[in-house]
Amino acid sequence: MSTRELRPGSWNILTVLDQAPGLKVLADTLNELVEDGHPVAVATADLKYSNGLYRFEENHPDRFVQFGVSEQNMVSAAAGMAAVGVVPHVATFASFLALLCCEQIRTDIAYTGLPVRLIGTHAGITLGFYGTSHHAIEDLAIMRAIPALDVIAPADATTLRAALRWYIDYPGPAYFRIGRGREPDCYIEGELEFERGKAIVHSAGADLTIVATGSMVHPAIAATEELRRQGYSIGFIDMHTIKPLDDAAVSAAAQRAPLMMSVEEHNVLGGLGGALAEVLADQGTPCRLHRHGMKDEYSLIGPPTHLYRHYRLDSDGIAKEAREFIELAQAS
Amino acid sequence: MAYPEDGDAGRLTRSQLGAEQQVGGQLTKTPVAESSEIERIQERSRFIREETVRLISIAKTGHYASTFSCAEIIAVLYYGIMRLRRGEPDWPDRDRFLMGKGHAAVGVYPVLSDWGFLDPSALDEYTRLGSPLGDHPDMQRVAGIDFSSGSLGHALSVGVGMLLAARMRALSFRVFVLLGDGELHEGQVWEAAAAASHHGLHNLVAIVDRNEYCLDGRVDDVLNIEPLAERWRAFGWDVREADGHDPAALLAILRGLLGDERRRAPAVLIAHTIKGRGVSFMEAEAGWHLGYLEQEDERDVLSELGATHEHA
Repeated sequence: MSTRELRPGSWNILTVLDQAPGLKVLADTLNELVEDGHPVAVATADLKYSNGLYRFEENHPDRFVQFGVSEQNMVSAAAGMAAVGVVPHVATFASFLALLCCEQIRTDIAYTGLPVRLIGTHAGITLGFYGTSHHAIEDLAIMRAIPALDVIAPADATTLRAALRWYIDYPGPAYFRIGRGREPDCYIEGELEFERGKAIVHSAGADLTIVATGSMVHPAIAATEELRRQGYSIGFIDMHTIKPLDDAAVSAAAQRAPLMMSVEEHNVLGGLGGALAEVLADQGTPCRLHRHGMKDEYSLIGPPTHLYRHYRLDSDGIAKEAREFIELAQAS
Repeated sequence: MAYPEDGDAGRLTRSQLGAEQQVGGQLTKTPVAESSEIERIQERSRFIREETVRLISIAKTGHYASTFSCAEIIAVLYYGIMRLRRGEPDWPDRDRFLMGKGHAAVGVYPVLSDWGFLDPSALDEYTRLGSPLGDHPDMQRVAGIDFSSGSLGHALSVGVGMLLAARMRALSFRVFVLLGDGELHEGQVWEAAAAASHHGLHNLVAIVDRNEYCLDGRVDDVLNIEPLAERWRAFGWDVREADGHDPAALLAILRGLLGDERRRAPAVLIAHTIKGRGVSFMEAEAGWHLGYLEQEDERDVLSELGATHEHA
C-alpha cells in the first residue's frame, strides 16, 4: 500500500505542503528577489518542508544551502556568506533561531553589522502541544536586546513580503518573526506601505489604544471592532517593527487616549509590552499600560486554537482583556 | 564482515547484521535471552506501536514513523535492561532514560503507565488542553520522564551531568540516551561525546536510532554523518552495532556492555532501524515523519501491525 491509496482524511508532511499560504509567500518572495537580481541565498536546518523553503530550493538549488540539524553552524555560516557579498535568509523555528543561536546572532551577525536576514518561523505558542521546546515566547525580548539588530513581526503574508522587499538593500541585520503561515490576511497587496520603524496606525481612539504585533494583529483588529460595537472609542496600531520602535506613534496615541494595551504572542516581559513601557516612561506620558500576552509563564500543552482561547489571545479574549482593563482603570 | 570491535571500520547494513548474528562473533560470548523474554519484548513493542497509533488519533498529528523505528529499543530498555521499581518513578538509584529524540515520547508514555508511573487515563487526553502529555516529554508534568526534551542535541550532555553527579553522590545508576541519527548533526552531541569519554563515564550508554531519515530526507543526503562508528570511536567510545528491531541482539549487546566490569569508556550502540517499521507505506515514504491517519486507515494500520508481529 502507498500513501496515495489512503483515505482523504489521512495526511503526512509531504502531502499537506500547501496548507500554509504564508509560507508559500515567504518562498515566492525570495524566489522573486533572486529573479530581480538580488544576491539572495537561503539556508535552513532540516525544516525545508515545515517552512516551505523547498519551493526556493526547487527554483534556485544553487542558492539554497541545507545545513541539517545544526542551527548554530548555519547562523555563523550565514555571517560568513554575508561577509562576501551574499544576503543570506536563514530560516528555522523561532525557538531554535533566537534561543539556541542567540550568541552566534549577537557576535557574528549583529556586532559585525552584516546583512543577514534571520527568519524565525512558528513563533509564539503556535506549535501547541509540541511543547515549550518548540515555543518561542522570549524571542522578541532576546533579539530586541541585541544592539544593531532590527526586529520585525509581520502580521500577515502581505506584510512579510513587503518587509522582505524593503530590507533587501538594507546594509544591517534583521530578525523577522513569523507564525506558521496560516495567519489570516490583514492587508491587501499593493495597499500596504511598509517602512522600516514606522507603525501602521489604523485609527485613533479616546478610551484605549490597542497596539498589537505579528500574529496578534488580526484577532486584535476584530477585538477592536467588537469593543467599538460595545460603545468604546478604541484606537489601533499594528506595531510590525519592534525595533526600531515607532516612538512617535506611541506618544501620539498616549496623548490621545489615557490607556494603552499591548497584545503579543510572547511573554509580557521584554517584547512589545516592554518596549511600549520604556517609551511611555521615558517620555513621562501619563498613559496607563496593560501588557497582554503570556504572563511570564510557560504555556500549557494543547492544540494552538485551544491555547489562544485559554490565554485570551483570540479576538474574544483580547476584547475581554481590554474591557476589564478599561473597567479597572475607571474604578481606580 | 567483522564487528567493529574487531577493527573493521566499515558500515554494517541490517541484512549483514542478520547474517553476522547467525555466525556468532561477539554475540556468542554474551548472555543469551530466554525465548519467553524475547516474546514478551516483541509483544511490548507491538503494544508501543498500537498505543502510538491510538494516541496520535487523539492529537490528530504525530510522529508515527520516528516512534516505530525505536519501538524495540524502548521495549528492550524498559522490559529487559533498566533497573526500575514499579510505581517508584523517583527512586534515586533508578536507571535513567533520556530521549534526545523527544518526538518519540508518544511511544514511551504507555510504557510509563505500564510501570505504574503514570495514570493510564492520562493517555486518553494526550495533547489535549492542559494534558501533561505533549508531543515532547516534560519532566515537570510526567512522573517517569527523567528529563524534558524536544530541542535536539541536549540529552547526551544531560546524561553526562547526571553521571558526574552520580559519581559525587556514590550512586550507581546507568543512563541510556536515545539519539536520533539526524540529531547527530547537532554540534552539542559531539561536545557531550568528548566530555563523556574524557570523564570515563562508563555508565553512559547512547543508542542511536539509525533509521536513516530526518525531516528533509535521508540523513546522509541532508548532512552526511558517516563513517558513524569511526566518529564515535575517535571520540573514545566503545562502539557496537545491531539490528535495532531484533530484541535478542539488542539485549545481548547491552547486557554484554553493562556486564563488562573492565570497561571504562562510555558506550554507543548504533541500532540500524527502519523508519515507520511495521507499516508498509510508512516504511516506503519519508513524509511519515509527521502525519495523521483517519479512522479507517488507522484500522488498516493496526491490523498490519498485528500481522507483522505475529510473523515476527
